Amino acid sequence: MTEKLKENELILGPRIPQELWEKEKKRFLIPSIIMILAAFILFISIFLPYWKLTLFAPQYPDGLEATMYVNRLSGDIQEIDGLNHYIGMKPMGEAAVLERTLSIFMIAGLILLIVGTLFVHSPFALFLCIPAILYPAFFLADLYFWMRTFGMNLDSNAPLSNAIEPFVPPLFGEGKIAQFLTVASWEIGLYMSFAASILIIVGLYYHRKAYKPLIVGSNSN
Amino acid sequence: MLTKKVLGLSSVVILLVVGIFIASCQNTDSTGENKAETNSEATTAKQNGNLSASADQIAAERNLSPKDVEAALKTYMPSGKYDDYIMFSSGGHSGQVFVIGVPSMRLLKVIAAFTPEPWQGFGYGSEESMKLLEDGNMASGTELRWADTHHPALTETDGEYDGQFLFINDKANARVAVIDLRDFETKQMIKTPNIISDHGSTFVTPNSEYVIQASQYATPLPFEEYATMDEYQEKFRGVMALHKFDREKGRIVEEGSFQIELPPYWQDLCDAGKKVSDGWIFCNSINTELATGGIEQGLPPFEAGVSQRDMDYMHVINLNKAAEVAKQPGKTTEINGVKVISLETAISEGLLYFIPEPKSPHGVDVAPGGEYLVVSGKLDTHATIYSFEKIQKAIKDENFEGNDVYGVPILNYNDVVAAQLEIGLGPLHTQFDGDGNAYTSVFIESTLAKWKLGPPYNTGDEAWTLTEKVPVQYNIGHTVCAEGDTVSPDGKYCVALNKWSIDRFTNVGPLLPQNFQLIDVSGDKMQVLYDMPIGIGEPHYVQMIKADKLNPFSVYPEVGYNPGTMSVDPNAAKAGQEKIVRSDGKVEVWMSAIRSHFNPEHITVKEGDEVILHITNVERARDATHGFAIEGYNVNLSLEPGEANTVKFKADQPGVFPFYCSEFCSALHLEMMGYLLVEPKNN
Repeated sequence: MTEKLKENELILGPRIPQELWEKEKKRFLIPSIIMILAAFILFISIFLPYWKLTLFAPQYPDGLEATMYVNRLSGDIQEIDGLNHYIGMKPMGEAAVLERTLSIFMIAGLILLIVGTLFVHSPFALFLCIPAILYPAFFLADLYFWMRTFGMNLDSNAPLSNAIEPFVPPLFGEGKIAQFLTVASWEIGLYMSFAASILIIVGLYYHRKAYKPLIVGSNSN
Repeated sequence: MLTKKVLGLSSVVILLVVGIFIASCQNTDSTGENKAETNSEATTAKQNGNLSASADQIAAERNLSPKDVEAALKTYMPSGKYDDYIMFSSGGHSGQVFVIGVPSMRLLKVIAAFTPEPWQGFGYGSEESMKLLEDGNMASGTELRWADTHHPALTETDGEYDGQFLFINDKANARVAVIDLRDFETKQMIKTPNIISDHGSTFVTPNSEYVIQASQYATPLPFEEYATMDEYQEKFRGVMALHKFDREKGRIVEEGSFQIELPPYWQDLCDAGKKVSDGWIFCNSINTELATGGIEQGLPPFEAGVSQRDMDYMHVINLNKAAEVAKQPGKTTEINGVKVISLETAISEGLLYFIPEPKSPHGVDVAPGGEYLVVSGKLDTHATIYSFEKIQKAIKDENFEGNDVYGVPILNYNDVVAAQLEIGLGPLHTQFDGDGNAYTSVFIESTLAKWKLGPPYNTGDEAWTLTEKVPVQYNIGHTVCAEGDTVSPDGKYCVALNKWSIDRFTNVGPLLPQNFQLIDVSGDKMQVLYDMPIGIGEPHYVQMIKADKLNPFSVYPEVGYNPGTMSVDPNAAKAGQEKIVRSDGKVEVWMSAIRSHFNPEHITVKEGDEVILHITNVERARDATHGFAIEGYNVNLSLEPGEANTVKFKADQPGVFPFYCSEFCSALHLEMMGYLLVEPKNN
């Protein structure tokens, strides 16, 4: 019985003694609040755009936009696809299908892991947080992978295949494709996921500050 | 201590989040569009700095007077800027409607109304347009493929243009077309039964419940019945047709439509009452002489016969009462499927009264408040103004000077006239502004006359005075002022709709264009600003609406939209579901069109097959219109973004017929084609 408890404590870390909790509530609340805030920001980002590509050309005075959310594309997708067919690029809807399908579940998982640190009071909390910390970087890496895959694999039978060299559209900033000026911008959702990463790191700092003395204390016991 | 830390930390977090928000907002703002705007502002400022010197030089080189330069500045529309007003002009012989911007006087579009028009794919195979043209044929089946459009009428709400629909008449064949201003396309064409010619059309009531159409040249009722000219008085009749408009459907409907039999006086222009006179209709007439012509027999020609009497009769019609009477059983006779109130019933029910008016009048125009009717007799030098209130009193008191030969009561001229104003030679038609001024076109002397209405618009010595005349070039027919026939006219601009241009433009042969002259009426003095040649037909009336009241589609709202029903066509071809279905003697194709291909591109049929093509333009981009033309088969469609249309034809010529996109849609437009292969029968 005592053996098992100890095993649990190895992963979950020590529980907060009642009198210490009464005395130093805030010490333990700070990391929890920060983690919940991070999880909340990550959750809200699901509904907000992560990335946007705007195309400008003389015949599109209002520009064309493709806005990317974690699970969908919106904007002038049909028109951009229509233009892309001239250079032999595949329709945008065929990119990252798996990622878009699973994204909501994956983010839900990240959120659960972050919330898990409220209950895990040991250094294992760090491992719970690593996926969420790396998530924005993973998003950008995946975006780059698809941009590269699509831009470098143009259909050689397309009408304008001779006129356009394979290319990788920029992840951020301005680019030029045929008569189009392209402006790629990071949107609020992506910035929020970065903010969540930073909050998690800050949260981990306070987490360590709150629980390390307990672990040290229990070990010395 | 700890509390302070928490507070400090949370403010850091809040600042962080706010910062991110601001950063991303700024990010969205830095679009290319904004950059372009800043650039153009900078350029404008630069150009303004150089204006005076170079402008003076140009003016000197081009021999332009300061007045000319002023006119140029008032009308010039820089690229990408829009006009304040839009005119809908009758297209005269073209049978169409012209859409013109004011003050730039740029022709924006010619709406196909009655006449086949290839660019819009009107009458070249599309099922929707072929059906419309067929609806406009004579009941006998005779095809009518031209029209003499005269008077456009925008739909109104409470006497204001609402920019939803436009009606246009065909004087030559007594027809009415309904144009939907969501896509600027004709949706309905009606050959009005019983009459064969109209002029007092189209005019609408203040909420567009009715479209007014009065016949012009009298014929037997109905015109299909034969009578000789000797039987003119006895058998020939005029007709007032009242078409009920169903705004929800966007169509003229049979239910509620009716006609009123009138004497054969050649009813001319009409107008609906507004505000105080709402529910009444006023029409002029020109042949109360009952002249029948016959110059070849030594009889007085029409031009003399019709102008004999000093007075003709203004028709005053109680519309509300007539609509009630038309509903009552036994009060109407059905002729060719239309309820007709007989002249006898119209008299006995008190629906029709006459008022003497100076001979051969043209316009009867109701003042903005509805209190006055302005009549201009083109063979009389006056504008004669009648008081609606006095007319009502005379009718109520049954104060009649007598009856005409058909028994219609005639009001006493002196009892109902409010004023008579000497205008000039040949006044025709009057419009109004918002400051109590009236503008009357004066045909013979080629001027536009400005004068002041009486009370409540102007009082004292100012009332009923002629203030100014401006010469126009030449022979002005109608005039139009900004929203000048509504309950709240705008003033600002009037346009002289001149019949002759003589020396105004480079000679283009003996058939000369008409001349629309823009006139600035905003200042103390009227100023002619600009000449716009009209080289496609002789327009008559025009209406000018504030541009922001129009809100048309930029592309059809959904892919597969049928402009005929203004809804998604369940049978429309869909992208990814293109197919060719063959049955005995019939080939049906569901085809998509997108830059730059049709799908399918090969259509093989047998000679004699009935070919049905359902084509959808699946584009969503503005201006991504595709044409669909089949060479040798007289087929051309215009498929605007989202539009679905159907073309049916018999493949009666064997051979190979390319079909192609007839709109320059893209760089690969030339390649947007396919083949119709018609296999000969005996193969």
